[in-house]
Amino acid sequence: MSLIFEKSIQERGLTIFEACDVPIIELPVAQSRKIDLHLPELSENDISRHYTQLEKKTHGVNDGFYPLGSCTMKYNPRINEEIAGLSGFTNIHPLQPETTVQGCLEVLKTAENCLCEITGMDAVSLQPAAGAHGEFAGLMLIKAYHENRGDLKRTKIIVPDSAHGTNPASATMAGFEVISITSLADGCVDLEKLKAVVGEDTAGLMLTNPNTVGLFDKNILEITKIVHQAGGLNYYDGANLNAIMGIVRPGDMGFDVIHVNLHKTFSTPHGGGGPGSGPVGCKSQLAAFLPGLMVTGEEFFAFFKPEKTIGNMKNFYGNFLVVVKALTYMLTLGKSGIPEASRHAVLNANYMMAKLADCYDMAYEEHCMHEFVMSLSQLKKETGISAMDIAKGLLDNDIHPPTMYFPLIVEEALMVEPTETESKEVLDHAISILKRLFTQSHENAEALHQAPIKTAVRRLDELNAARNPKLRYLF
Amino acid sequence: MGNYIPATENEKKEMLRAIGIDSIDTLFGQIPEEMIIKDGLKLPEGMSETQINKKMTAMAEKNQVFKSIFRGAGAYQHYIPSIVKSITAKEAFLTAYTPYQAEVSQGILQTIFEYQTMMCELTGLDDSNASVYDGATAAAEAIAMCKMRKKNKALVSATVNPGVIDTITTYCHGNGMEVVVIPEKNGETDIELMEKELDDGVACLYLQQPNYFGIIEAAEEIGQRVHAANGKLIMGVNPIAMAILKTPAECQADIAVGEGQPLGIPLGFGGPYLGFMTCKADMTRKLPGRIVGETTDLEGKQAFVLTLQAREQHIRREKASSNICSNQALCAMTAAVYLSAVGPKGLKEVANQSMSKAAYLKTRLAEIGYDTVYDKPFFNEFVTADKGKAEEIMGVLVENGILGGLPLTGEHTGQILWCCTEVNSKDEIDALIQILKEV
Repeated sequence: MSLIFEKSIQERGLTIFEACDVPIIELPVAQSRKIDLHLPELSENDISRHYTQLEKKTHGVNDGFYPLGSCTMKYNPRINEEIAGLSGFTNIHPLQPETTVQGCLEVLKTAENCLCEITGMDAVSLQPAAGAHGEFAGLMLIKAYHENRGDLKRTKIIVPDSAHGTNPASATMAGFEVISITSLADGCVDLEKLKAVVGEDTAGLMLTNPNTVGLFDKNILEITKIVHQAGGLNYYDGANLNAIMGIVRPGDMGFDVIHVNLHKTFSTPHGGGGPGSGPVGCKSQLAAFLPGLMVTGEEFFAFFKPEKTIGNMKNFYGNFLVVVKALTYMLTLGKSGIPEASRHAVLNANYMMAKLADCYDMAYEEHCMHEFVMSLSQLKKETGISAMDIAKGLLDNDIHPPTMYFPLIVEEALMVEPTETESKEVLDHAISILKRLFTQSHENAEALHQAPIKTAVRRLDELNAARNPKLRYLF
Repeated sequence: MGNYIPATENEKKEMLRAIGIDSIDTLFGQIPEEMIIKDGLKLPEGMSETQINKKMTAMAEKNQVFKSIFRGAGAYQHYIPSIVKSITAKEAFLTAYTPYQAEVSQGILQTIFEYQTMMCELTGLDDSNASVYDGATAAAEAIAMCKMRKKNKALVSATVNPGVIDTITTYCHGNGMEVVVIPEKNGETDIELMEKELDDGVACLYLQQPNYFGIIEAAEEIGQRVHAANGKLIMGVNPIAMAILKTPAECQADIAVGEGQPLGIPLGFGGPYLGFMTCKADMTRKLPGRIVGETTDLEGKQAFVLTLQAREQHIRREKASSNICSNQALCAMTAAVYLSAVGPKGLKEVANQSMSKAAYLKTRLAEIGYDTVYDKPFFNEFVTADKGKAEEIMGVLVENGILGGLPLTGEHTGQILWCCTEVNSKDEIDALIQILKEV
């Protein structure tokens, strides 16, 4: 389909702005732009149709099942959008006097309180803009904590090989050396390996629990104790919080620092890649280091800067309107609804896993938490059909594929996270499709290698895209 | 009370039966008993949609929405065309994830490709990424792009937005780069003092254009001196100003970044906003985050895909150029729709009107004794003295539904940073002056 620039016709345009009602000033020639500026010239109808066509080539949660593991593609409630669109939130300048933004501060304070209670932490900063940003902030807290104690030799962060890729990348950004340890087959921490690497240079351990194979690490208290005894801190990657909200709290597992993804667990939409929001929380001994401004007060709210803050993670107070959506969600579900969401997320995942276990090999046979991992390694050996082929086959059935080839410790992995907002008939339909694809792998593998055939485009030449990068339209 | 769980009691039982258990609790059997929350979360019970609507609306109503805003300092009130809001509310765009599965994400991928093109056009540089969190993190990420084994020092002008300098400092404390703030002289970067810091260890200089005080810096000259010391020039620019102001490309900048909020994104109490990043082609492989490229499918049909992923965290883990994963995709789309709606002429109109109205306000303020602090060319912001009554006048203005300029702090205490955009009418400005006269 044509690019918006190819639809542009000179002299076409919208009538948006009224004439200038003050004397017009122009920039001195020496300071003005001399090069051309190509932007589309279109009617409003042209623009509307362009994006409407593009929307049709986009699969969102509203288009169908989206069991993308570790991404928690639950339904994004519309009331959240309506509330975040209120003029009393959207038209507020970030540098207004405190007396004129009491509602915004109440939103921040209430969200901080809810997240502290759900995670078992003592303080939360809402400034980080996404999960990885929260991780980076959390690691900077750990760094500041050790530096403040004059303990400068703690330069290493331990990361299991089953971890999300952001974990080691965040540790590097914070200036740590990453020590990768191999996990057990079930994705759990190998206690002996952990004991062997902790020491006086350990700054901390990064972990997600349930782990990326979808299992709750039952040794968690011992794991966090080993790190604490070595003088390190424990970091909780909140990407997998949807399994345990209101059931068990990272703060009670021995974690000192956490980030949560409001755009996963707390139902705010992903927007095709963002904006998200990644609040960072911590225990009281780290609270003085939190980034940005925090809110204090009960009747009148005021900002304060944590005493030994690591500084700003970004300008202003985080992705505020995303926080509004997440708070709307948390208050809607409340005390009973929050754990109920997690219980059903876990129920849905186990139902799918149980129904698929007669075809597909599971990375681990135990009950899973909110997601499970299938390994197609045997299927590939027998039929040549890979995780990629099954994923592409799903596309022809209007189902977004699970996360592919992750975690790295499972060969030919497909990681399935149905979430609690999908009904039994949606799950049953997806199960039947997955079974049909399994049968097809044995009977007509070639057809699956060709999939998808019904989508806007077929499989792409990704190698060419990287070798001969074309990253913009040339006029 | 409210929840979004479709399962009925009967379905729940059927599902449990299929799993071969009696209760959902069994599924949590892996969790050690002593950790399980006993009395539930200490949170209020949930709400119906009508209740939550009332509760959140009441919070929104506690905020004051100003009818006139003369404050910028990093967040700007511009008119947002209707079409922008209607397109970015489209459900598939709103609810999709990062476009990993290109075959069902061509819509999102094409919008990002178009956005990248527009950012290159605005700044004049070669390549763009798909966005980062905001202008401040874009600045910090750009500095990290310049780090080399023997070049570890980042110069940052004191005329940069303080929130941006703070963010740069945080990031550099992480990656071990040294930050040296170059003092200002009469509201501009002190070029002589900068020259003294330009040694072999300098990786880059970060310059804001127009700067925090609204002044148009001598970017070209600064760039020449930084380049002479083998450093990179990074410019943080206002995207609206790009319609009329000499571009980073024309100033020989290596990287251009900025806060994309003015491009159709609401003030929203500071976020979500949009960090844009463009660079010369020789630095493209150092860009952080997602980048969309054009390719073909196996039938030769034009298609778009996330590319150059060897830079990214999910492939490179601890060796990645950045940890960024989620970005601000929907805000990037907002900017692209905004730029399509206003077009090249509309963007110039917005820029010229913002500048002209700021000039008018400056003249009117000077007439009533609010002296201009710097007599320099400026875009849509400028600094005046506060006549010793910043607090008093801000109070009176708030009562009149006007958000006045920002009272500055630190070395600039006693000064006010004013801003105009195309939305401030002559009548509004005259009304502001009338009120100030009476204080």
